[in-house]
Amino acid sequence: MTKEIRITPIRNGTAIDHLRPGSVQKILEVLDLSDATITAGMNVESRKMGKKDILFIEGRELTEKELDKIALIGKGATVNTIRESEIVKKGELPYPKSAEGIIKCINPRCITNVEKLPSKFGIKENPLEAKCFYCETRMSEEEIVSSVKK
Amino acid sequence: MKGCVKAKKPGKPKSNPKVSSKRIAKIAHKSAAKPVSSHAAPVASPKKPKAAPVARAKFNPNGFLTDAISISDFSRQDLERVLDVAAEMEKMPAGKKSQILAGKTVASLFFEPSTRTRLSFETAAQNLGAHIVGFADPQVSSLSKGESFSDTIRMAGINGDILVIRHSVDGAPRRAAEVCAKPVINAGDGSNQHPTQTLLDLYTIKKEFGKIDGIRIALVGDLKYGRTVHSLMYALAKFRKVTVYLISVKGLEMPRHIIEDTKGHLTVLETYSIDKYLKEVDVLYATRIQKERFPDEVEYEKVRNAYVITPELLAKGKEGLKVMHPLPRITEISTEVDDTDAALYFQQAANGIPVREALLSLLKDVKAK
Repeated sequence: MTKEIRITPIRNGTAIDHLRPGSVQKILEVLDLSDATITAGMNVESRKMGKKDILFIEGRELTEKELDKIALIGKGATVNTIRESEIVKKGELPYPKSAEGIIKCINPRCITNVEKLPSKFGIKENPLEAKCFYCETRMSEEEIVSSVKK
Repeated sequence: MKGCVKAKKPGKPKSNPKVSSKRIAKIAHKSAAKPVSSHAAPVASPKKPKAAPVARAKFNPNGFLTDAISISDFSRQDLERVLDVAAEMEKMPAGKKSQILAGKTVASLFFEPSTRTRLSFETAAQNLGAHIVGFADPQVSSLSKGESFSDTIRMAGINGDILVIRHSVDGAPRRAAEVCAKPVINAGDGSNQHPTQTLLDLYTIKKEFGKIDGIRIALVGDLKYGRTVHSLMYALAKFRKVTVYLISVKGLEMPRHIIEDTKGHLTVLETYSIDKYLKEVDVLYATRIQKERFPDEVEYEKVRNAYVITPELLAKGKEGLKVMHPLPRITEISTEVDDTDAALYFQQAANGIPVREALLSLLKDVKAK
């Protein structure tokens, strides 16, 4: 009951649910939401997860690149696209198969860091791993989350 | 409102032209995923994400790769094809061989110094009748004027029919293959890949033992930082019933992810003792322990002579045991081994020429990528 009081449903925009605790801060850091009305919830009680983060973005649907960033940071997140108070699309956000220009390669000797090129990674799951298309450096989940770019 | 931030008042929805319906469609519907809004709503039907297109070998009429960048790009068939063509190259009369790249130009772009690899590539290109342009020192290229690597490669692609690239920056040849329509061969990129070294290692094993399947090979020395042994592990994993003995000092062991990646494809045995499996192995593949990897000289001195291959050590091994090394060696193999039947490392280096001839030959007909 207290949940309804804390968080007001949005009319148009995007609701991101089931974000793992602590991930909403990083998502706000890497997405440019300066023009959007947002409601963020941290450590919200969840039957499924125990604790979770949530993020409501009013008046804004997300781009493919933004969804890829959220997928990598907020493992298992659920994204709902809402138009005129109706959910028109919803579902668990899968990991992208590849990630272009959204992760910085951790290898300082990688061509993408030397030439300032957009990065390219192949993504593998279980466990999450990103492999640089150029220098073949492999990044763990922790490294991926901390290397998602603005 | 603990842990909850309420921001500005809701505004009008703003259309976002960058929103991709394709990505939204990737969001798989799961009945377990409950809407956060209390409003009931129709739900978009789920669509399966499309499989990534396979670009492989599309523009090489002979079905081979379009570039030779990483050993991981090679299938077993690709590897065997290179080895078979290399064997043909060794038997081919010089006059016939010199027609293979007649009228073609190989751009030999060595952005960092390398004597052995450059000479081997340039000899191979000359044997095939190619013209060679390029540089052995980036100071003579436009890079010294501030030109980007990508632009230098675009220019080289105008002059060369095949580009051979050595660079200290990891991933530079992959970038070159991306910006250049001509085939690119990686002649070593930083600590990443050196595929022609792996190919000549495989060729040496096949030439000596008649096959690679079933080989028992011990990798000795710096297994942590040595790119040669990493690539060799991946390449050997494409063959059948290969046993790899990993022999290193503590702290220089083979990275776990490589052992995990090759699990199920190789039999791997790890030890710190070079004697332990000596009776079983066909090949001792030694590597140099690199001084620059150690924080201080004392630590390096402790391990630099941890494994020295001598005739006395080899006498404890099985008959026909061979010693390989990517060179240069420092003290890992005593010079007394050089004149024994076990020494395969100079032949191994010489095998670089037919292997590079084979690669150049297989890539010569790539039209455009």
